[in-house]
Amino acid sequence: MSPGLPEGNIPGADTVVRVVTYLDHAATTPMLPEAIEAMTAELREIGNPSSLHAAGRRARRVVEESREIIAEAFDARPSEVVFTSGGTEADNLAVKGLYWARRAADPARTRVLASAVEHHAVLDAVQWLADHEGARVDWIPVDAAGRVRPEALHEALGAGDDVVLASVMWANNEVGTVQPVAELAAAAREQGVPLHTDAVQAAGTLPVSFAASGAQALTVTGHKLGGPIGVGALLLAKPKPPVLVDPVPLLHGGGQERDVRSGTLDTPAIAGFAAAVQVAVARRDAEARRLTELRDQLIDAVRAVVPDAVLNGDPAARLPGNAHFSFPGCEGDALLMLLDARGIACSTGSACSAGVSQPSHVLTAMGSAAEHARGSLRFTLGHTSTEADVKALADAIGPATARARQAGLS
Amino acid sequence: MSGGVDSAVAAARAAEAGHDVTGVHMALSSNPQSYRSGARGCCTLEDSRDARRAADVIGIPFYVWDLAERFHRDVVEDFVSEYAAGRTPNPCLRCNEKIKFAALLDRAMALGFDAVCTGHYARLDDGVLRRGVDAGKDQSYVLAVCTPEQLAHALFPLGDTAKADIRLEAERRGLQVADKPDSHDICFIADGDTRGFLAERLGAAPGPIVDADGNEVGRHDGAYAYTIGQRKGLRIGTPAPDGRPRYVLDISPVTNTVTVGPRDSLDVHEITGERPVWLSEAPDGPFGCHVQLRAHGEVYGCTAERDGDTLRIRLSSPARGVASGQAAVLYDGDRVLASATIADTARVPA
Repeated sequence: MSPGLPEGNIPGADTVVRVVTYLDHAATTPMLPEAIEAMTAELREIGNPSSLHAAGRRARRVVEESREIIAEAFDARPSEVVFTSGGTEADNLAVKGLYWARRAADPARTRVLASAVEHHAVLDAVQWLADHEGARVDWIPVDAAGRVRPEALHEALGAGDDVVLASVMWANNEVGTVQPVAELAAAAREQGVPLHTDAVQAAGTLPVSFAASGAQALTVTGHKLGGPIGVGALLLAKPKPPVLVDPVPLLHGGGQERDVRSGTLDTPAIAGFAAAVQVAVARRDAEARRLTELRDQLIDAVRAVVPDAVLNGDPAARLPGNAHFSFPGCEGDALLMLLDARGIACSTGSACSAGVSQPSHVLTAMGSAAEHARGSLRFTLGHTSTEADVKALADAIGPATARARQAGLS
Repeated sequence: MSGGVDSAVAAARAAEAGHDVTGVHMALSSNPQSYRSGARGCCTLEDSRDARRAADVIGIPFYVWDLAERFHRDVVEDFVSEYAAGRTPNPCLRCNEKIKFAALLDRAMALGFDAVCTGHYARLDDGVLRRGVDAGKDQSYVLAVCTPEQLAHALFPLGDTAKADIRLEAERRGLQVADKPDSHDICFIADGDTRGFLAERLGAAPGPIVDADGNEVGRHDGAYAYTIGQRKGLRIGTPAPDGRPRYVLDISPVTNTVTVGPRDSLDVHEITGERPVWLSEAPDGPFGCHVQLRAHGEVYGCTAERDGDTLRIRLSSPARGVASGQAAVLYDGDRVLASATIADTARVPA
């Protein structure tokens, strides 16, 4: 019992947090009511999906129906859905698992290709392979808009006979740039190399077809599209030429998921995940149009107040809900604090260790100067966003920028 | 908020007094793990988490501000170059002067805050800086370098309370850092090995250790590793003729020479301070007061006098082992009058 918490209290429940304007949906988005319902209903039930009795069969049925819903939503086969604890695990499973499996099948294959703008779940997994498993890594460069050119991948592939896999995300979590995944997958396939794509940010708002993408493995997660935190999936093609192996598991145990992933299946979370996917994908096109319009309003509003704000990322091929700016002369951290004080939640989008922000590797890869990167801020919209949110930001961003400029770049 | 008990209670008291308080943890290294392991310093990831938890319990916003570059330049590099120049710096004092009540305060003011509140044990009323009531914890010495302008934007809510009571109060407030050990030593020297830290940065610079007559009595690996008044670790093979222990009397970076001699030769009667900071009206002519010459050091009666940009201090009884680079802080009772950096000392009454 910690001293601050009277018995029976929910930790943090007494903290008064007034988030009036939530502009950080790319970090996590509120759960959809349908997902909460599906998940809480399942929390009251009993049964391990691996058990053989009636209770187990009931739970198994929920899991398999969920698997089918998710497969259908992303144009995959149910057998291609491997449930995981979320995006990070799915990315690690694809990158490390395929590295180990493909290298075991052919010791000459030790080269890994990944775009320079990957999420840390891919970036750090790849770097770990380089540091500990003898992988040779080629980081595929991006252009100033954050796009990976198929020619750049083609060049990095070479003959391809020493390459384990290429990993290029579907859409970037910081600047929102959407990659030409199908073209990239085709380029990789030509050289006999599988492509993994982290589609965590894209899955709720862009048409994501696993079959049409040509990717061998694709990461999705629940909490970015209205499902619960703590569940995700790796869509994983069955072994077939050119990839004749399944990934080596990260987690060994009961072998629940195709012997590729062990651990008791989290029926409530999976049910919530599937419910969210079903709703999000059904509403996707209309929601994407709505968010794009709202996002463009937000961009115009910010530019009207702060004319020298620079929109980062691809102006056209970007996530519907993403607006990522650099504010010259400002420290992103200072802006975030000033907006936070006015009830506006956003993100600097950069990784922290003990809170010391490092310049974003994404902006750096796009060729941004360090000051430009330090003054960046990400606003992301989602299913609960309204015009009132844009208005609140439009009212706050001017004074906040003026203040932050006084503090300058320390 | 360092992650320790003092700043946590200071923040809680300020919030309770009705101020609009935001918790700030200063990130002082771009590679936090390289500083201080364990939970007694001020720069680890764990300390940052402790500070955030305290802010949660108090119910205030919390952010980490990156002051690593400024800290490295104004405190760490200053520390090294002061030793290289034969002086003995006090980095905590420098941190108050250049970081907490300069870099941090400037940024806070620019962002719309009015003051920096810290967990220092000192009292501040109407610009008058006084010792904290807990004599053992008093930190007025390391704050005395701050100018009246800096102190006009400072709050020290703990000065009226004893440390033991602060711990009890922290427990009562539900702050988990209530029994966290005090920090000691220098936060940026992880293992407490100051000599090793300096050697790594300044390299080996062997030179002679001589007695007052200039006879070589030993060798050293770098004069910077010595402090006036030091007795231990001199590694002098031959004993003094009178058989009594020898102390460091003088460090000359120019000739890279360390001079040693008997304890009596350490007696200092006169001190010249530079860059004085006056927290009260500087009287015309000499005036009687007390002076403290190191953190938690002894207090001496003295006569002080302002002489342009310097401060001349004549002690009524000799002080031993006065190192230049430390601060001389003048007190009237518990009130801080002025401070200056010790530049020169004289060992015989004029």
